[in-house]
Amino acid sequence: MKPAPFDYHAPKQLKEAADLLASLPNAKILAGGQSLVPMMNFRYVIVDNLIDIAGVADLRGIAVSDGRLRIGAMMRQRELETSSEIARYCPLLTAALRHVGHRQTRNRGTIGGSLAHADPAAELPAICAAYDAVIHVASARGIRQVPFKEFSTGYMATALQSDEMIAAIDLPIWRDDHGFGFHEFARRQGDFALAGAAALLDIGSGGIVRRAAVALFGVTAMPVRLEAAERRLLDQPIDAAAIRSAATAAWLLDPHSDIHASAEYRRHLAQVLSMRALTDAAQRGGVDVAHVV
Amino acid sequence: MGAKHLGARVKRLEDPALLCGRGRFVDDVKLPGMLHACFARSPHAHAKLVSIDAEAALDLPGVHAVVTASGLPGTMRRTPMPMLLPNPSITAARTQTVLAHDEVCYVGQPVAVVVADTRYIAEDAAAALNVQYDLLNAAGDCRDAIKDGATRAHRDLPSNIASTFRLAYGDTDAAFAGATYIFDEEIWQHRGGGMAIETRAVLASHDPVTDGVTVWSATQTPHLGRRMLADLLGREIETIRMIAPDVGGGFGPKAIFYPEEAAIPAVALKLGRPVKWIEDRREHFLCATQERDQYWSVAIAVDRDGKILGLRGRLLHDTGAFVPWGVIMPYIAAVTVPGPYVIPAYHLDTSVVLTNKVPTTPVRGAGRPQAVFVMERLMDRVARELGLDRAEVRRRNFIQPEQMPYQVGLIFRDGKPLIYDSGDYPKGQAAALDAAGYDSFRDKQRAALEQGRFIGIGLANYVEGTGLGPFEGVTVRVLPSGKVAVASGATNQGQGTRTTLSQIVAEQVGCRISDIVMTLGDTGAIAQGVGAFASRQAVNAGCSALLAGEAVRTRLIALAAHALGVSESDIELEDGQAIATTGNRPSIPFGELARLAQGMPGVSLPAGQAAGLEHTAYYTPPQAAYCSGTHVAEVEVDIMTGGVKVQKYTVAHDSGRVINPIIVEGQVQGGVAHGIGNALLEWMQYDKNAQPLTTSFADYLMPMATDVPTCAIAHIETPNPLNPLGVKGAGEGGTIPAPAAIIAAIEDALSRFDVHFAETPLTPERIVAALRAAGAYEKLLVA
Amino acid sequence: MRKQAARITVNGKSYARVVEPRMTLADFLRHELNFTGTHLGCEHGVCGACTVLVDGRTARSCLMFAVQANGSEVVTVEGLSSDGQLSALQQAFIDNHGLQCGFCTPGMLMTLTELLREKSDPSEQDVREALSGNLCRCTGYAGIVAAALDAARRLRGGAATGAGIDGS
Repeated sequence: MKPAPFDYHAPKQLKEAADLLASLPNAKILAGGQSLVPMMNFRYVIVDNLIDIAGVADLRGIAVSDGRLRIGAMMRQRELETSSEIARYCPLLTAALRHVGHRQTRNRGTIGGSLAHADPAAELPAICAAYDAVIHVASARGIRQVPFKEFSTGYMATALQSDEMIAAIDLPIWRDDHGFGFHEFARRQGDFALAGAAALLDIGSGGIVRRAAVALFGVTAMPVRLEAAERRLLDQPIDAAAIRSAATAAWLLDPHSDIHASAEYRRHLAQVLSMRALTDAAQRGGVDVAHVV
Repeated sequence: MGAKHLGARVKRLEDPALLCGRGRFVDDVKLPGMLHACFARSPHAHAKLVSIDAEAALDLPGVHAVVTASGLPGTMRRTPMPMLLPNPSITAARTQTVLAHDEVCYVGQPVAVVVADTRYIAEDAAAALNVQYDLLNAAGDCRDAIKDGATRAHRDLPSNIASTFRLAYGDTDAAFAGATYIFDEEIWQHRGGGMAIETRAVLASHDPVTDGVTVWSATQTPHLGRRMLADLLGREIETIRMIAPDVGGGFGPKAIFYPEEAAIPAVALKLGRPVKWIEDRREHFLCATQERDQYWSVAIAVDRDGKILGLRGRLLHDTGAFVPWGVIMPYIAAVTVPGPYVIPAYHLDTSVVLTNKVPTTPVRGAGRPQAVFVMERLMDRVARELGLDRAEVRRRNFIQPEQMPYQVGLIFRDGKPLIYDSGDYPKGQAAALDAAGYDSFRDKQRAALEQGRFIGIGLANYVEGTGLGPFEGVTVRVLPSGKVAVASGATNQGQGTRTTLSQIVAEQVGCRISDIVMTLGDTGAIAQGVGAFASRQAVNAGCSALLAGEAVRTRLIALAAHALGVSESDIELEDGQAIATTGNRPSIPFGELARLAQGMPGVSLPAGQAAGLEHTAYYTPPQAAYCSGTHVAEVEVDIMTGGVKVQKYTVAHDSGRVINPIIVEGQVQGGVAHGIGNALLEWMQYDKNAQPLTTSFADYLMPMATDVPTCAIAHIETPNPLNPLGVKGAGEGGTIPAPAAIIAAIEDALSRFDVHFAETPLTPERIVAALRAAGAYEKLLVA
Repeated sequence: MRKQAARITVNGKSYARVVEPRMTLADFLRHELNFTGTHLGCEHGVCGACTVLVDGRTARSCLMFAVQANGSEVVTVEGLSSDGQLSALQQAFIDNHGLQCGFCTPGMLMTLTELLREKSDPSEQDVREALSGNLCRCTGYAGIVAAALDAARRLRGGAATGAGIDGS
């Protein structure tokens, strides 16, 4: 399983990378390689020009300002997993990262690569959906901001044009005392999830939900916000009954079927995992809700 | 004699080199001028091969040849590969040709071999081949393939039946007619692949000076391979040397002889250069043999105490597109069902059905896991229906130790009557249950339930015929340096063959283990051999090592007595020295005895002395050696997701006398891991057109370190009375009852929902579907 | 396509080669440099047999191209022992029956080397999770886990606990 031949480029500047991407025929960005290289080895993907962006310093870094956490696209998943800033400001991301592949793949895999690859069962796109992340897209024409909802367009598809690449991701930061919950079901440790749920809750006095975000992954062709569930929770006290009621919004989903799971099973998991994630989020947000499933 | 090495926990001799990355697997062997090969393979399950246009491929720089069937030597061009295990019941004894020339019958069947400077270039060339096929309908499911008028897996065969056979004894009609209870079950199982971490590999080289062909192959059976290759190349067997170097796991699929093992040597001969082929994982998923689906329809008749009166049924076995090893696997399954129980009447009809999938040959367990699953599911059913404890039902039906040797009433695959030589099944079960805390489990289960956790326990028993013949020879030779050279046709894919045989030889000969120099798996080192499969090497090679060692011991003593001028009874052998026990204890080292044994040029040897200090023994077992055991699995089920975790696993096993407990424990633990895979994870899936759907490790799920607990293992040693070492085989017992024990435990965890399962692998989705149908979610998920 | 120069330090020694960009790091190590201890089991990043350390962190060498490692330091299994002396981890594998066929073993050793460097007292669960990216078909993992915990003990200055004896 050897890849087809290609030419290799290792730019040091973002502009150089963008120019190469625009000008070279059949060019692809190589970030961590943990998704792209297997496909190249299988020859499912043939690349003529591989642009390795590991050396572009502008694509790295974690910075907090203006109520958001900005993460460079080339940050390795392992670096994010051990980042104290992320743990402080976006603990949902920290929780999710433990489930992303295995240590060896997290050492090399990047957040930008995961988002660009857009596997429906991947954790990081779902986290971006939950946070309403903003994706900074770079090309020879400059940088544009794309809200995640518009960035994710379909099964393994994004709004990236063929000459565009991800430069950075902004995660808006939730209030200090917000609650978060993350549950996925995979067949084995580190596997792609058959389904997963990421929840964020901002809970005010009296246990009233001020803000809610529930994002599901592995269930449909791309990560999806369970907006019906969020609406049901909003401005209501959070408890087990409210969570159960909100999670029935999973019945509205139209999951895909494949050799790993049927649509019906995915829908069932979506409901169960939403309940678990929301219950954890409520507990972390300061309300003592018991797990019922 | 008190054993020094036998039974000792000797650390493995194989380890230091492997740990330093100095193993020598086929891909580590490099020869000057070596070229690299890649196979072009059918992407269709069933098609007529119309044409292969290699022009574009040959134009690529670095490409040396594209060889199709017509480019192979005449002896292998159109001749199907030999089938090693003929059986009168086989009506369609189909095997493949080395390269397809007319009809392709499974996805992955090789149609051409490309040779280039590097594997990278060879793959470029293979992608540039223009291969034309006419598609044919494919037989994708054995349940359909067995019907009249079904799509044929082979165009020219009248049906898809490769074999039908009946195994029966006693009067099942009477047994069922007189039974208090009759229970029937439909049972489905799918086993999957061996999936060694090292894929297949072949390196072939022809020496024009000696006209010798040397082949390195990641095989379990180099001697068998050499025989097959000699026939296919039309060469004298003595001109071929086949070597199995370090092999990264076997588990069954590497025991058979593959088309690639013939094609690569043929191409090396044609090009006059060494050619290496390393299978990639995708090829392995397509072409390495696997065990396929089996569908069982069985019924058990019992009296009101749960004692078995009879068992009957039908087995439908999907054998894939060819039968390279005949029907031994479904046969083994069919005779293994009775297990450790007294079954007065038995009747099983087996149909072996061809489909357009990769052929079926044994994978660890070789049909026995399926048989044990059937028997143990039936026992659990009897227990449940009669309201009896599952262990108690089994106790009531065990063959008792005083009934040994026990004649089951069937012929085993070794060609001999199925007679269990030894074993104490009640003791094994009791030991396992005791170690597993079976009696106190109900309390544990209740306490867990109060916390909302669903845990369960299950048990399964097995009897396994191991140590199959015909033989495995060992040569022991004392060298002038004092080292002891040992050669055997036995091979090593991780089971520690070098270590165990060294222990036996050192024990017999009286040398240090570190003084032994061993050659395994090399047809150049010993004339006859068979190889590793069916857990046979400890019995066959072990006993040969014992006999050869004994013979060399006798000679050492005789020579030493003569040299030291004492009587033979006054000689001790220890650590490579022959020591007189009298006087001032003179000694003579083995090396010097080896020189003496050569005599002097022109001088006759003393009367009674044989030439040299060596002996080759080919022990031939009279029949299989029967192991047994009991597994107890404890699981936790997440009833909301269907996720299953194996929390605790206990094994009591009897594999006869244990030469090295470390190695046996390793085999049991490794076998259990494979069994967990079969129970919960591993499933080679195909669509209805026989297209494989799981063709990578992302889709085919292997157990990880987080899936397999460390087993508690209790050894029970009932020595085998039929061989001088008293050993039996230990390689497969860990896998055989594991799916049965685990599925039983899952049912037990979910007992309040009254759901039942008769399939493996059992997926979380199936568990959830069963729970939903049983109403488990009504209160929990509805608002 | 165009070959490129790469300078890679492997087990402490620097190697400069000109290679096709598509040559994987695994193949570079095995065939250009003859470090055959790193093995290929799947070439799609699941089995972990090809695991090496790149700049101190484990990586699947089948998913890297050699040119990506230009300027980096790579450690393979051959770099774990020095002057014929086995490391504590390697010795623990011998003492705890941590290998059978040995094919997955180099990858296991590299993964555990990283773990033990970061955690001096890992729990069994820590070890199993760390190993989840390395498949073994032979051992059922028990010996590997025992070896890891034993090695951790030894490295902390404790006594070895392997249950085997040396043949003599």
